[in-house]
Formats: sequence, C-alpha cells, structure tokens
Amino acid sequence: MAVFPFVVVVWILGVGLYGVVTSRHLVHQIVCLIVVQSSTYVLLLAVGYVTGAVAPYFFDIKVHTPAVDPVVQALALTDVVVEAAVTALLLAFAIQAYKRFGTLDPQELVSLKG
Amino acid sequence: MTAVQRRWLFLAGMAILAGFYLWGLTELPGFGNYPGPYGFVINRIAVAQTNATGVVSAVNFEYRGFDTVGEEFILFIAAIGVATVLRQLRNERTHESAGHEGLGAGSAETTDAVRLATLVFVGPAVLVGWFLGSHAQTSPSGGFQGGVVLATAFVLIYLAGEFLVFRRFSPIDLVDSVGAVGAGGFAAVGITAVALGLPYLTNFLGLGTVPGAVSSSGTIALISFFVGIEVAAAFVLIVGELLEQTLLVQRGGR
Amino acid sequence: MTGALAAASHVAAITTPFSVPPALMDTLQVVILVLVAAGATMVVLTRQPARQAIALSAYGLLLALMFLAFQAPDVTLSELTVGAVALPLLLMLTLAKVRKRE
Repeated sequence: MAVFPFVVVVWILGVGLYGVVTSRHLVHQIVCLIVVQSSTYVLLLAVGYVTGAVAPYFFDIKVHTPAVDPVVQALALTDVVVEAAVTALLLAFAIQAYKRFGTLDPQELVSLKG
Repeated sequence: MTAVQRRWLFLAGMAILAGFYLWGLTELPGFGNYPGPYGFVINRIAVAQTNATGVVSAVNFEYRGFDTVGEEFILFIAAIGVATVLRQLRNERTHESAGHEGLGAGSAETTDAVRLATLVFVGPAVLVGWFLGSHAQTSPSGGFQGGVVLATAFVLIYLAGEFLVFRRFSPIDLVDSVGAVGAGGFAAVGITAVALGLPYLTNFLGLGTVPGAVSSSGTIALISFFVGIEVAAAFVLIVGELLEQTLLVQRGGR
Repeated sequence: MTGALAAASHVAAITTPFSVPPALMDTLQVVILVLVAAGATMVVLTRQPARQAIALSAYGLLLALMFLAFQAPDVTLSELTVGAVALPLLLMLTLAKVRKRE
C-alpha cells in the first residue's frame, strides 16, 4: 500500500502512451492523451495524501483537525478544467486535418507531403 | 519502420522509463506519509488570514493567484483558438458552394420525452452553477466547476432539439464579450491592487467578519465570480462552434 | 533526511472525529485504484471513437470516485462535470462533424 498508487500511475501512463503510439484514428489518439493526463491527477493527489486526515474544508469542523494537502488539490482542480479546453483545440485541429487530407489515420498522415 | 517494429521500440522505451520511475519510488516517503511543511502550515493559517473556510479555493485564488491567472488565460486562448480554426473553415466553405441551406435545416426532431427531461433540468443547472461559482470560499465549490455546470445548462437547451433557441440565448458576440469580461476582470482585479500601491493580486477588499460567509474573504469571491463566467463563456463558445459545424447542410460539398 | 522527517511526522496514527477505520479506508482505496487502472486499459483498448466516448464517461466517473476516496471533493466536482459530461460531448460533436462530410 505504500507504493501501490504510484505503480498505478506508471501503469496508466504506459497504457495511455501505448494507445497513442499504436492508434489508427486521430480522435482515438486524442482520447488516449486524455488518459495520459489523468495519470498526473492521480500522482498529484497521491503525493499530498495524509493517512487518517480529512478534506481541507473547515466550514463545519475545527481549524486544527488534521487535513490533507490543499496545494496539490488546487493544482489538480484547475488542471482538469483547462485540459478540456485544450482537448477541444486538438479536436478542432483534427477536423481541419480531415478537411485538408481526407483521412484521420495518423499513420497515413505522416506520409503525406502538404 | 513497420508498425510491429514501432510497437517493440515503444515497449523497450517504456520499460526503461518505468524502471527509472520505480527506482525513484524507493526514495519517496511512501503513500500517506506526507512530510512537507506547506500543507500543514496552510491548513493552520488560511482561515485566520483570509476568512475563507474553503482552503483549496483560498490557495487557488489568493496564495497562488498568479498561477490561476495563467491557467485561466490558457483556457481563454484555447477557446479562441477553437473559434478561429472552425470559423475559418466555415468561411471557406461558404465561399465554395453557392447554394447552401441555412442553419436549422439539419436539426433533428426530438421526442417529447427527451424534450421534457432536458428542459426540466435547465433551471436547476443554472442555479447549481451560480451557487458553485459564488461559494468558492465556503465549501467545495469554485469558479471553475460552476462555470462548466453553467455551460451545461446551455447545452441542455440544444439537446432539447432547439438549436435556434440555443443560438438566440447565446449569440456569438455576447458570448465572446462575456468571456473577455471574465478573463479581463481577473487581470483587472490584480491591476487594481497595483494601482493602490500594493503588489499584484493583493487582497485589498475587506475580509468580512464571519469566516466562511458568502460576503467574506475579499477578492477571493470576486475572482471566483469572474472565473466562473469566463469558463462558462469559453465552453459555450466551443460547443457553439462545433454545433454550427455539424448543422450546416451542404448541397454540393467537397 | 526525508526518512527522519517521515518518522517524526508519523509517530502515532492520525485520527479525527470523522475518520473511518484505517483498514476500511485502505481497502476502499486499493479497490478503487485497481478499478481506475482497469478503466484506463478499457478506454485505450476501445478502438472505435464513438464507443470510446462512452468508455471515457465511465472512466471519468471512476476517477471522480477515486478523488473522493482521496479526500478531495473539489477535484471530484471538476472531474464529474468535465470528464463525464463535457469531454464526451465534445468528442461526439467532432465525430458527427467528421462523419457528415463523408
């Protein structure tokens, strides 16, 4: 249990990268990039976790209750929303690639010249 | 290089990466043994310093506000990028084919059940989005989540089959300007602090008396509001551009 | 150095008035981590993009549950709204756009 979340992180990273490398469809490749990025959320939250502590919101509990690290949660929070917009930009590029080259297969796109 | 060779090359590289990563794991303090001082320090002093009981939002908009400005501008620029790429595509197509049908000709007919189910949830979605955007300092909420939920309310209108109503509720110029107001508002709050002689993004408004009330914590609530409307405008812009792409029916297309 | 810091900050197990028994929490976290790893594999191995959008929605829900088990309700809210709703919607719209041009 001491290293299991970090092993899961490298597994998700490996699986996502495998999907990117062996993909035959641009939209499938973009979704595998989303999976790779989700591994960083798991890593951030696993680093900041304190065993036995509660969430860092002191609305109804006393201020000195032991709580988990809020800084990594702030990082992961903005990361999740910004990633969706950047994915939308990637999808717009995929649409443009389809319009220009007529194919969405990344292994065929490489061999086209302009 | 064939596909099979590429696959084996990737697996070899991934094995090396995983080996180094797992070797580095042996030096970590282990899951749950968080050693660093910053988490404990912030948890102890944040409520007293900012009168905000939601410490994660206080970190986002106050202690690390400068990073959040950067992230929000990434979001803004990504939305503008989507709009630029897709609008250029649309203008090219309008020049190509002379006689194309207008918007709404391709909108699907939805059943009454779908229409009822989606329209019932539009009001609560707007309410929940507004609640999340305005309560960043009290409980688990904030501008980012509230903005996405608010954008979902507009998408529900489209799902009920009324693309033209969706477009009337969110005309492109209005959505563009609301997004700009949101992004610029955040930067303007920081610059107002500079105009008052304080460092950029200092919390210059009054902190309120009760920690965790909606009116407390000064600029955190204001920044969260600006971030909420900016995120909502960005997502409505993105979805609107993609929808206009799908609903233009071309008669002599490429 | 880090070893000493770790030992010093964890002399006794931390308990709050809201803690569940630590064995239960450990089991919950291990189970949800295994589910997340399986979910990621499922998303990558689904080759058709239309089905992959639905798989991504389910994966977003699993991730949200994992964030909840890691005591992070704010990140759970974000992941639910974005990963289970907005991302599959964007994917479906792109696929509709690409298919219509054929």
